[in-house]
Amino acid sequence: MNLIGEKITYKPDDQFHLNDVSFNFKKGNLYTILGRTLSGKTTFLKTIAGLLNPDSGNLSFEEKNFSKIPVWERNVAMVYQQFINYPHLNVYENIIFPLKQRKLSQEKIKTDVDEALKTVGLIGFENRKIQELSGGQQQRVALARSLAKKAKILLLDEPLVNLDYKLREQLREEFKRIFSEGMSQETILIYSTTDPQEVMELNGEVIVLDEGKVLQKGPAKEIFENPLNLKVAEISNDPPMNILKGLKNSDNLNFENISIKSPKHFKNLENQNYNFGIRASEIKLDDNGEEFEIELAEISGSETLLHLKKGNSKLIALIEEVMNFKIHQKVKIILNSSKFYAFNQSGELVSSPYGINNG
Amino acid sequence: MEKLYTFLKYTFITLWTVFIVAPFLWAVSTSFKDFQSVNSKVTYIPWLDFEPTLEGWRVLVKSPARGGVDIVEPYFNSIFVTCTASLVSIVLGTLAAYALSRFTFKAGFVRNNDITFFFISQRIMPPIVLSIPFFIFLSTIGLLDSLLGLVVVYIVLLMPIAVWIMVDFFNRVPKELDETALIDGCNPYQAFYKVVLPNSIPGLIVAGMFCIIFGWIDFFFAFILTFTEVQLLPVKVVALNSSITPWWSLSASALISVAPLIIVAFVVERYLSKGNLSGALK
Repeated sequence: MNLIGEKITYKPDDQFHLNDVSFNFKKGNLYTILGRTLSGKTTFLKTIAGLLNPDSGNLSFEEKNFSKIPVWERNVAMVYQQFINYPHLNVYENIIFPLKQRKLSQEKIKTDVDEALKTVGLIGFENRKIQELSGGQQQRVALARSLAKKAKILLLDEPLVNLDYKLREQLREEFKRIFSEGMSQETILIYSTTDPQEVMELNGEVIVLDEGKVLQKGPAKEIFENPLNLKVAEISNDPPMNILKGLKNSDNLNFENISIKSPKHFKNLENQNYNFGIRASEIKLDDNGEEFEIELAEISGSETLLHLKKGNSKLIALIEEVMNFKIHQKVKIILNSSKFYAFNQSGELVSSPYGINNG
Repeated sequence: MEKLYTFLKYTFITLWTVFIVAPFLWAVSTSFKDFQSVNSKVTYIPWLDFEPTLEGWRVLVKSPARGGVDIVEPYFNSIFVTCTASLVSIVLGTLAAYALSRFTFKAGFVRNNDITFFFISQRIMPPIVLSIPFFIFLSTIGLLDSLLGLVVVYIVLLMPIAVWIMVDFFNRVPKELDETALIDGCNPYQAFYKVVLPNSIPGLIVAGMFCIIFGWIDFFFAFILTFTEVQLLPVKVVALNSSITPWWSLSASALISVAPLIIVAFVVERYLSKGNLSGALK
């Protein structure tokens, strides 16, 4: 009774949009597709919706071959990153459009629409024109239309990306509430995003996608703790994880300009060259640390992002308070060695502070 | 500087308006005159300068036998041919444009753009090039000198305009709108007429306007493809002779010929100024 994809490949114009993608989605669960722009997220969702036909592979839902069923009979719902509503209809007519299409009874339509309007907080806006609404409200209408359908598969394609920062935060909170309360156990929810933070907050099953290929699958916590390779570490962290080439010997990790005592979780690691990874948030200002030069300091919200340099080593540090720095100013930092990752020369994870899980 | 610019701008607009409108007003004024008020002295304003009369207009509906010029039949012929051809062009052109905008066609080296260009290319050649083929074509199928023949020819002339405008319009309607309609349970035909079409009204109006204008003002094909049975308005009006038909009737016939275009322009202006789709779909 699951949504199962087997070796789905979509390759128009000799370029892989989806490359051998397999999955098994269960009802009542939330799946997030994490990937950068053009990684194939939208193609993935459109393939499930039936808007694209893969070149090879099988897609089945409730033990029926899904690829034989046209889009309009699939009972899916989709919210786009652009705010797509029907401009010629008002809010209420927009939301009942798919229900009328299915010829449901008037009372059923009324209760479903009222419920959806309540969920997205648009009661009282029924007779507004779409053009009169703000971007956030337009996206709520699109969401309400998808919820009212009570589709068995709900696809959300970067629904928050075109909103401003504040609204994004607010809607993200509401999404979490809607998903936890409003979704029935009959629904498969698939949410695509470029934002690792969103993935962590939504806390579903994650699929990391890059150039149409699945790099890693697993719960959000697992992706965060044990990124399987450098690419995943890069995609699933914002700012991206710092990667430093270095040589491990029995006591120390030797980088170009610095040497750090080897942490405990590296004790079984062979002594050789590795790519060591450390998150920007694990770099702290400390008067006893190494001296680095500031190349750029950005303040975002309540955090400060420092681009640091020493010789050829470059680091990004995330300081959790607003501080004013001058460019070329020298600061002292320490790297929290207990949070180091080690990736081998071909980029695969060999040791993580959370213990490797190669499953 | 700002003021000078504004001054020059309005001066120019005023002069241009006078340049365009003056002959019109002159024709309006003349159409209500009679022999006496034209020939005695220069007169401009009805009631003040001269006594207006409807004689000039009455001549237009009288049969030649009773001293009139009878443009009623050519007038309705023109309305029928223009409207029928425009309607068919818009319906076929819109369907063709939607297909060209949304689906990918491959036939040998032919792609969507080539097909679109084929339509437009029908209007690139000077119309005179088409006159002989059209003449032979209509005479072969026996439609020379008939309304139906003119309708066929005008569809060939007008449909490229409709296709051109609507392809451009549909290309600016986000594909996601159709896709959302499909996801919401519409089959492709329903997606077209329930969602895409209601949001394409501004485009349809513009395309319709151009078809009507180009159909209405065509003289060339109306002239060479008709003889005695059927006559269209432009041919009839041009055939009026100032040595036989008085000036006031000529003015009246000129005015009534352009009247539909002025009405179309005013209607369309109202729609276009309401804002178009680009604002509705972000």
